[in-house]
Amino acid sequence: MSLLEKTRPDRQAARAREPRVTDRQGRRVRAGELIWRYLLLLAVLALTVGPFLWQLSTSLKGPTEDVYSSPPRFLPAHPTLHNYARVADTIPVWDYALNSLRVAAANVVTNCVGSALAGYALARLRYRGRRATTLAFVLAMLVPVEGIVIAQFTTMRELGLNNTLIGVVLPGAIGAMNVLLMRNAFRNLPYEIEEAAYVDGANVWQRFLRIALPSVKGTLAVVAIFAFMGAWDDFLWPLIVLSDPSKFTLTIGLNYLHGTFANDERLVAAGTVIAVAPLMALFACLQRYFFRGVGEGAVKG
Amino acid sequence: MAAPLRIKRQLAFSPWLFAAPGLLVVGAFVLYPFVSTLVNSFTDRRTLVPGRFVGLANFRELLHDDMFWTGLRNSALYVLGVVPALVVLPLLLALLVQKHIPGITFFRSAFYTPVVASIVVVGLIWVWLLDERGLVNSLLETVGIGRVGFLSDQWLLLLSAMAVTVWKGLGYYMIIYLAALANVPRELHEAAAVDGAGPVRRFLSVTVPAVRSTMVLVAALSSVAAFKVFSEVYLMAGPGGGPAGEDTTLVMLVQRTGTGLTGRVGYASALSVVVFAVTVALMLLVLRADRGEER
Repeated sequence: MSLLEKTRPDRQAARAREPRVTDRQGRRVRAGELIWRYLLLLAVLALTVGPFLWQLSTSLKGPTEDVYSSPPRFLPAHPTLHNYARVADTIPVWDYALNSLRVAAANVVTNCVGSALAGYALARLRYRGRRATTLAFVLAMLVPVEGIVIAQFTTMRELGLNNTLIGVVLPGAIGAMNVLLMRNAFRNLPYEIEEAAYVDGANVWQRFLRIALPSVKGTLAVVAIFAFMGAWDDFLWPLIVLSDPSKFTLTIGLNYLHGTFANDERLVAAGTVIAVAPLMALFACLQRYFFRGVGEGAVKG
Repeated sequence: MAAPLRIKRQLAFSPWLFAAPGLLVVGAFVLYPFVSTLVNSFTDRRTLVPGRFVGLANFRELLHDDMFWTGLRNSALYVLGVVPALVVLPLLLALLVQKHIPGITFFRSAFYTPVVASIVVVGLIWVWLLDERGLVNSLLETVGIGRVGFLSDQWLLLLSAMAVTVWKGLGYYMIIYLAALANVPRELHEAAAVDGAGPVRRFLSVTVPAVRSTMVLVAALSSVAAFKVFSEVYLMAGPGGGPAGEDTTLVMLVQRTGTGLTGRVGYASALSVVVFAVTVALMLLVLRADRGEER
């Protein structure tokens, strides 16, 4: 219950006439409180979503329209997609989007497969060295990526994988945090079912694929979404490992666009909209897993 | 660690087959680079030249490197500026969206959108908003304050970057706080209200103590992230780090020093070691402050 809700038994009569809005617990919310709550919510909404809408609006403004006007004009007078065509003429933006998509898709597959396998081993299999393996993943989770990018870069050079998309994917291909998330998910499953399967003669791969894995789909979805978002949004590592403009991902391409055409606001705005739209769509469809991931990640981190 | 392990018989190598891909990736691209960063920090290795052992020379050079102190100062200021805001503001926001009133799911999702967007997109959006001729300055001019050089002054630039970090982090920590608030027994609030405590008093005496451990967690997470800030400042101040490089952060310096064909890998590794050390120190500091308060 909110700390701001007050109990005022003396105003019973007045309350009866107010519209009956109740929260999920079935408690009535007073109209006055409702009004300031919505006002605050709208103010925060303007602050958080407003900047995205302003960017969208800028990207739709034509070459003759003044984007610097004061007072500002929020809606484009003659909306046009012209700027999006211009982005594609200026940088190979669709190739960059494809590169980002490839990197993100690869990151999803490797993280899901790799962390499910390793997580299962840590949670369910008995072998010498299991503790050491767990420790290795815990230590890896604690290492700050920003501190090892230079060494990762020299490692990639030695492997001849710098300036390739494989080089972009590899360092985060199986995140230690994801392995530990999957381990916890497997450990929380009741053990008896797997025991029964064992008695029925199922081997370890069958128990993993047919029994354990289908029961942790939720956590796997969280791993998949965060792997996709992480790869799609990543900036520092691709900036370091990629030097050939034809291999750029969207974030690096945008940085290049901004660095070269900083004064062309409509162009940069169109580029950012192209980069952010797919993730917004994904978020709109799969919100539940985004929020769940925050909870699980915070508990681990 | 106390899982009942009653299934014993299995192929001896299959556990290793399960763990191998993960171990390989983590070993080759996280643990090995970590160790090699430590080792390289004692060498004069460059991108194309294998290094020799030089003892503490890199660390001695750090002490006399003005850019290092600038970077350390900016990263430290970043922690001081960002962490209090990220501990308090998302908590207030969580209180605002906690109650299940109509449409609240929409607001929660909307407040989370900055978290989903790439930092590059967020950085460029704010570069345009805070531009000399951008929206914020248009509005300031309209209300008669006049235009402000958010992106040209050294300190305003750093402050603007901090504001962007806070803006992008609000929704993330809001969700963490929402989970914590759900566990605060409502009877506590009701009892406090009966005793005549006003909203502010109830916030300080009921809500804050109840979510204290979450606040410590948020402080730990956000301080480590703030110290390692790179993208926001890189995008808003430019690769050179603003006027005369005065807005360079420590991780920007690592990136600038260690990459490219002439990159000084040894020196950049010494800088990275400082990043590790401060990160660990920050974690210990937050946890210690937590324990100190409990006594």
